[in-house]
Amino acid sequence: MDRTVKVISKNFKKYNVESIDEYIKLGGFSALKKAFDLGPKGIINELKISDLKGRGGAAFPTGKKWEQATKVPGDRKIIICNADEGEPATFKDRYLLEYDPFKVIEGMTIAGITFNANEGFIYIREEYKYLHDKFKKAIQLTKENNYLGQNILNTGFNFDITVFSGAGAYVCGESTALIESIEGKSGRPRLKLARTSEKGLYDLPTLANNIETLAAVATILEIGGEEYAKYGTKNSKGTKLISLCGNINKPGAYEVPFGITLKEIIYDIGGGVKNGNALKFLQLGGASGPIVPASMIDLKYCYNELNANGINIGSGAILVADETNKVVDFLKSVQDFFLHESCGKCTPCREGNRQITKIINRFVNDEASIEDLKTIEKFANVMKYASFCGLGKTAPTALLSAIKHFPIEFYQHIKTVRKTS
Amino acid sequence: MEKNIGNKNLIKDIDSILEKYDFDNHNLLPILQETQSLIPNHYIPEEVAKYIALKLNTPTSKVYDVISFFSSLSDKPKGLHVIQLCKSAVCRLNKYQTVRDILERELGIKMGEISDDGLFSLEYTACFGACDISPAFRIDNRVYGNLTEDKIIEIINNYRRFNHG
Amino acid sequence: MKSCTLIIDNKEITVPEGTTILEAAKKVSINIPTLCNHPDQQVKANCRICLVQVGPDKLVTACSTPVKDGMNVITHSKLVRDTQRGVLELILANHPQDCLKCIRNGKCELQKLCEMFHISKSNLEDEIDSLEVDESSPAIIRDHRKCIKCNRCIEVCQEVQGVGVLSHAHRSVDYCITPAFEKKLMNTLCVFCGQCTSVCPVGAIYEKDDTEKIWHALYDENLHVIVQIAPAVRVSIGEEFGFDPGTKVTGKVIAALRRLGFDKVFDTNFTADLTIMEEGHELIDRIKNGGTLPMITSCSPGWINYIEGFYPDLLDHISTCKSPQQMFGALSKTYYAEKMNIDPSQIFTVSIMPCTAKKYEAERKEMSSYGYRDVDAVLTTRELARMIKSASIDFANINEEDFDDPFGITTGAAVIFGATGGVMEAALRTVYEVVTDNELESLDFTEVRGIEGIKEAEVDLNGTPIKVAVAHGLSNARKVLELIKQGKCDYTFIEVMCCPGGCIGGGGQPIGSTTEVKEKRIEGIYDIDKNMKLRKSHENPAIRKLYEEFLGEPLGKISHKILHTHYSPRNEKLDLEYLQKQYEVAATEE
Repeated sequence: MDRTVKVISKNFKKYNVESIDEYIKLGGFSALKKAFDLGPKGIINELKISDLKGRGGAAFPTGKKWEQATKVPGDRKIIICNADEGEPATFKDRYLLEYDPFKVIEGMTIAGITFNANEGFIYIREEYKYLHDKFKKAIQLTKENNYLGQNILNTGFNFDITVFSGAGAYVCGESTALIESIEGKSGRPRLKLARTSEKGLYDLPTLANNIETLAAVATILEIGGEEYAKYGTKNSKGTKLISLCGNINKPGAYEVPFGITLKEIIYDIGGGVKNGNALKFLQLGGASGPIVPASMIDLKYCYNELNANGINIGSGAILVADETNKVVDFLKSVQDFFLHESCGKCTPCREGNRQITKIINRFVNDEASIEDLKTIEKFANVMKYASFCGLGKTAPTALLSAIKHFPIEFYQHIKTVRKTS
Repeated sequence: MEKNIGNKNLIKDIDSILEKYDFDNHNLLPILQETQSLIPNHYIPEEVAKYIALKLNTPTSKVYDVISFFSSLSDKPKGLHVIQLCKSAVCRLNKYQTVRDILERELGIKMGEISDDGLFSLEYTACFGACDISPAFRIDNRVYGNLTEDKIIEIINNYRRFNHG
Repeated sequence: MKSCTLIIDNKEITVPEGTTILEAAKKVSINIPTLCNHPDQQVKANCRICLVQVGPDKLVTACSTPVKDGMNVITHSKLVRDTQRGVLELILANHPQDCLKCIRNGKCELQKLCEMFHISKSNLEDEIDSLEVDESSPAIIRDHRKCIKCNRCIEVCQEVQGVGVLSHAHRSVDYCITPAFEKKLMNTLCVFCGQCTSVCPVGAIYEKDDTEKIWHALYDENLHVIVQIAPAVRVSIGEEFGFDPGTKVTGKVIAALRRLGFDKVFDTNFTADLTIMEEGHELIDRIKNGGTLPMITSCSPGWINYIEGFYPDLLDHISTCKSPQQMFGALSKTYYAEKMNIDPSQIFTVSIMPCTAKKYEAERKEMSSYGYRDVDAVLTTRELARMIKSASIDFANINEEDFDDPFGITTGAAVIFGATGGVMEAALRTVYEVVTDNELESLDFTEVRGIEGIKEAEVDLNGTPIKVAVAHGLSNARKVLELIKQGKCDYTFIEVMCCPGGCIGGGGQPIGSTTEVKEKRIEGIYDIDKNMKLRKSHENPAIRKLYEEFLGEPLGKISHKILHTHYSPRNEKLDLEYLQKQYEVAATEE
């Protein structure tokens, strides 16, 4: 039975992205037209009905966020679409860029209408460079057909989109770091003295959203908030794009309704663990997400149930690891990632990652001591509580969850002290 | 696959990039990215960085900050083709180590080195979102996934043929 | 303005909206520990020491978090203390622990935190970065193994001074503060102002210590070792010995220098008066004879380094006068040597300066035009304090003494060289009286005093009104230079001091030169001026005697030879041709 749904992803691989006509035939730009009819208040109302939450990880209700943002005054305002999908094990945004660029453009333009902004930036990670030109082409086609640019659909509304290339820095997924890099600086998070909606890019009012959120916005306006809210559970309405990968038979980006169990995702959608091996653990939400032992796969994939178990949906990544993997080896690859990606600005993240990496290496090499286990836990907590930005705060998430769920795996790598007789 | 050739009018080309971006230091990142793409060995020489700083009326130290911060920018020359192997979690589960060993053997170099003919650089990279076709590497801007030994050798040979043929 | 009522450690307090937790805590007598925070700088929040608890599971940095109505702040819960100690342990694991050998031993902000938290044991393995110490310059040493990445030096270098040599670069464990392409300071456009050394909380960037050189000279019986003290030193060195900033300790410094073994103790103020005579006449000459205007002062060596590096096209605006330090040096090897009948090669001239750039200036090739080096060694205020302590001199209780002749008689006009606006005021006192032949009614040109970045005044010289300006801090100087460059500048004479506040805020002054401290030093300076019998340079009898006996007249032949100089461009030259060639070769090879 196919457990996936096709709501946000309904156009994936259904049309040639070099043809705007094919997109229009599939119902494309009906959301945009509706947005003009509804106006900002109507759009926000639709989003509230849909109960859409931000898909970037923070899960803040989009309707509420946009409503607050519309109250910010200003002549020049900016829309940012965050497509810096840098979370390891995550690639579903790539599908949006590759298979439905017009929907993203439509979503951004709707944000523009709501926020009364005329300039949009889409920040696409450098690693998707081969998609940049394709996306620029889509922008060009949309402009040529008057769905973008000056006086869109004769409404008097102007909106243009610039493609901005990331340059290989995970931390730029953090919105202040992303903004710093658009402003020509190294992408280190900056002190937020006001909300981004008040002072964002170039200190202008800026509404920044994740690409999936914007695609969902376009979908919701097309099918109606009520229709979208039919999917999912009472508290987690709608659908989610997931990136399923690792030791799994059918890796890929899928769309699922909230409330599906992890087990269904792995076995019904992913075709089960590769080579018939037993499942050992999952990592949800990318490198910054927790490790979830196989015993927990009956959990429902929705905000409430996962949060109650200390798990975040995060980026929507679901990484599957089988019984052949050692937890400490896995943690090493997570740790190496953060050691590479820490921006270095604050002490806990820079020095914490340095020290934790050293200690994890001792576990990997069977040279750890019992003190080492206490020490990594202590400094993982220092990072969690004291880091400047989300990167440092969540970098030790996998480690802390692994210590909780797989303590034995750490003990197995502690160097045994032989008693001298 | 694009064939890299030396740039005869480097300074002129940099000037036109600067002009396109209004000599505005807020556009430093795309200016540096486009400049680097002009240079066959995928890097920004010190003199070029100084030149850009001067033209943008910005301290060279800030230009260097940006170059050294972002993974896709470099201040040191690389091979004509940069092979970036993912070693993040998913590719680890899918044994990137095997791919690494094949690459090192085929190219006769270790990770972090440039091949003797200057054709290839071999380096690790963080996840580039090809986990659905893991293990994977990138060569320049192109992604190759579901790598097997035969496939890796074929890819490498294609690049060799193209550059020498 | 709205106010917020909150609770800090069980104490209710009401403060204006926008107050940070750190500031609010101070009002209830709680000093939350900080490290990257500096009273004169932007909030950075990158060291993460000043954590406080604001919720059951939530810590925030007190320096960057504004108070909220109804907030309940705990500054030392178990979570707060454990986390703060953890952060400190992390810093220490990456910091060389050779404190006893460190130049900042006893004056280190990290050391103070360690004392406070008493970390006797850590399970972390030390990992000190193996980085080379940059000893390339004669003025400043950078030991970035000790850097804690607070970014204070970057703010002074980039924002306050606009020099932009230091920036952060790289990321993660490679993150560091560095000039572009990891260049050594000597190979950059660093102006050696030393403002970075003055804000560094630890010993990662500091003055090059020349005290050994001085001890060596003092113990050399064949050398006649003389010393000059700059105006700004006398109101600041007391801080090293427990006196309040701004306390005048001139007599004590003189006594201490004699105890150290200097043969003669002189005052740089003497050559400050001489500078006014020469520079004043140069200005009059430029006005009368159509010379390049505006004329800009040349006493601040950091400033000279700046204009050479960043605005070489405007060098003609710089007065040809050497700085008072160098004029003193030149006289010491000529006039003084002759008078004392000592071979100049046996005279070792030391200066005590508030400034690190003076070390660089003394080593300039321009500064030995007549066969001898003007000044042989320069000590900053901090280094002199170090020598006095090392010689076990009880500075606080030492009896005051007077300067030696012939360079001991000075005026109030000279002492104010130590504060921003002082050179201008001193020059106006002389130029006005020389040009108009009238006595000034009031000697106080208050428009040019004070801490404001750019100050202006207008003076009527016999019916010709001239506009003058004063700038301190190089980013302010830059604004004035831009006006000149754009042809929009109507000033006739401009004083520029490299460091904010002038020399009293110099990079060699005692650690802790905050704006508050600087203002007190400035007060001390004007207080000395007010109480001087002579307050105009041209009325200094010793200067008159010097002209009679040796120099002849201002701008005369001897003056030109030993008291004036010219500076040259120092900007980066780009080898674009080389670059272009390199790529043409690459292109043909393909």
